[in-house]
Amino acid sequence: MTATALAADWNVARIRDDFPILHQRLAGDRPLVYLDTAATAQKPQVVIDKLVEALTQYNSNVHRGIHQLGDRMTTELEAAREIVQRFLNAAEPDEIVFTSGTTMSINLVAHGWARKFLKPSDEILVNEMEHHANLVPWQMVAKATGAVLKYIPLTTDGRLDLTALDDVLTSRTKLLAVTGMSNVLGTVNPIGELARRAHAVGAKILVDAAQSVPHQATDVRALDVDFLAFSGHKLYGPTGVGVLYAKRRLLEQMDPFLGGGHMIREVFHDHATWADPPAKFEAGTAPFVEAVALGAAVEYVTALGLDRIHAYEQSLLDYATRQLAAIPGLTIHGPAVEHKGAIVSLTVDGVHPHDLADLLDREGVAIRAGHHCTMPLHELLHLTATARASFAFYNTMGEVDALADALRKARRKFRLPG
Amino acid sequence: MMVRRAIPALPCSICPDAKPAVSDRLSDIYDEHVLDHFESPYHKGRLDQPTCEHSDRNPICGDQITVQLQLDDAGQVKQAWFDGKGCAISQAAASMLCEHVEGKTVAELETMAAKDMLGLLQVPLTPSRQKCGLLAWKVLKTMVYSQTHPQNDAAGATP
Repeated sequence: MTATALAADWNVARIRDDFPILHQRLAGDRPLVYLDTAATAQKPQVVIDKLVEALTQYNSNVHRGIHQLGDRMTTELEAAREIVQRFLNAAEPDEIVFTSGTTMSINLVAHGWARKFLKPSDEILVNEMEHHANLVPWQMVAKATGAVLKYIPLTTDGRLDLTALDDVLTSRTKLLAVTGMSNVLGTVNPIGELARRAHAVGAKILVDAAQSVPHQATDVRALDVDFLAFSGHKLYGPTGVGVLYAKRRLLEQMDPFLGGGHMIREVFHDHATWADPPAKFEAGTAPFVEAVALGAAVEYVTALGLDRIHAYEQSLLDYATRQLAAIPGLTIHGPAVEHKGAIVSLTVDGVHPHDLADLLDREGVAIRAGHHCTMPLHELLHLTATARASFAFYNTMGEVDALADALRKARRKFRLPG
Repeated sequence: MMVRRAIPALPCSICPDAKPAVSDRLSDIYDEHVLDHFESPYHKGRLDQPTCEHSDRNPICGDQITVQLQLDDAGQVKQAWFDGKGCAISQAAASMLCEHVEGKTVAELETMAAKDMLGLLQVPLTPSRQKCGLLAWKVLKTMVYSQTHPQNDAAGATP
């Protein structure tokens, strides 16, 4: 089936029935138009049900209780790990570490791998479209190890300038840290090519996949990535849980990040030895209820089909881009639709993004305004803030129209022709 | 250039006959009176030789405000100017503040409270938008405090 046919086949009304929060009325009896999924996704009933099931039927600490509830919860948690393994096409479930989210996953690699192996004058390659979560940990590693941060330049339309990659990706590069999809520009980066070129100079690649995994199929073996991080709550799952994927050999070489219970093999008076991965990186009580519900979320999007989700969301993005381009004074920041996912960050001449967000909220349209944890990118754009509308497979073309209408109304409020 | 609609000034605690500053609020935060100040701000720009100036930004939303004062020898504000970037609320508030403080003394500015600033705005602000509405006031208060309580290295040094 072609992408167009896949998109046309999408029964959005039926899918919206899976998300109870979308059916509420806001102040003034306005329907909720939720265009802030890039900040956090809404939850389908199956995820809510899984949380309730775990808490009401078999809540018990994992890997400990020699009783029926403990066995059930442990079975459910390890089943969730296998669901995530299949979702990413990882080689084995033990390559899936449950963390508290993308930030924790990246910091785990920064502490457990980078601080152990990086030396003065080694280089870490980043770029200006990275979220602070995939930038600040590397600044801290550079400071601690003497390694040097280098930046891949961006093109004027907000893509990585691959023609300049050979200038910065050299034998000194030990790590290329890159987002799968920009949370502001929407830019989708060519991870497979970046992994191949990083490996050609002996560097590892870490992918911040927080924005990319909800929108397109991810195959860590086909892409040949070394580390990949994402959050449960942006993938229609609960907050408080995330995932670090890493190749088994790397997990074995890395030091643990946090010390405590569950991550040990033996503890003596003066030292301890480590458990095998993934337990080595899951010190303390894991967010096991949330992880089990994340498994349900992954099964839900897998059943819908990532290819179908992608096709429909791209059709939403294409429609939104055309509708918004007709609004006077409006600029969309980021590359053309074929290079990006379902995020539109915009500015409107004469109306600050916060005022836009405030005025859109009155129409029931929820967007985000600010620097979206990407201050270096906003500096590059010469902006202090942007307004961001982000789309999911539960959004409708009618909601895109509501966004455009609300933007025109905001302009009129500021005495600009709508 | 737009002519601002005259709005009777609300009483404030540093003026005589102070009354609660938050009565009579206009219902829409994008009231004409706010938009007028945003579009045609009072004293937006830079003084050549300010007596004092201070800048700050709201780290969450990126609003930026610089306030400059020119004081006479008696400590009275001869001119107040601001510069900055940000939402309509933050910029209109800075404009209203500059208009309000001219002619007042530093001692009077020391007693100007947050509610007085919100009283000048006259519109209802949610807690998150109060950060916008109070940014210029915070900049002014910090500057006034450092004028009246100058710090030096010795004062902060521990033996």
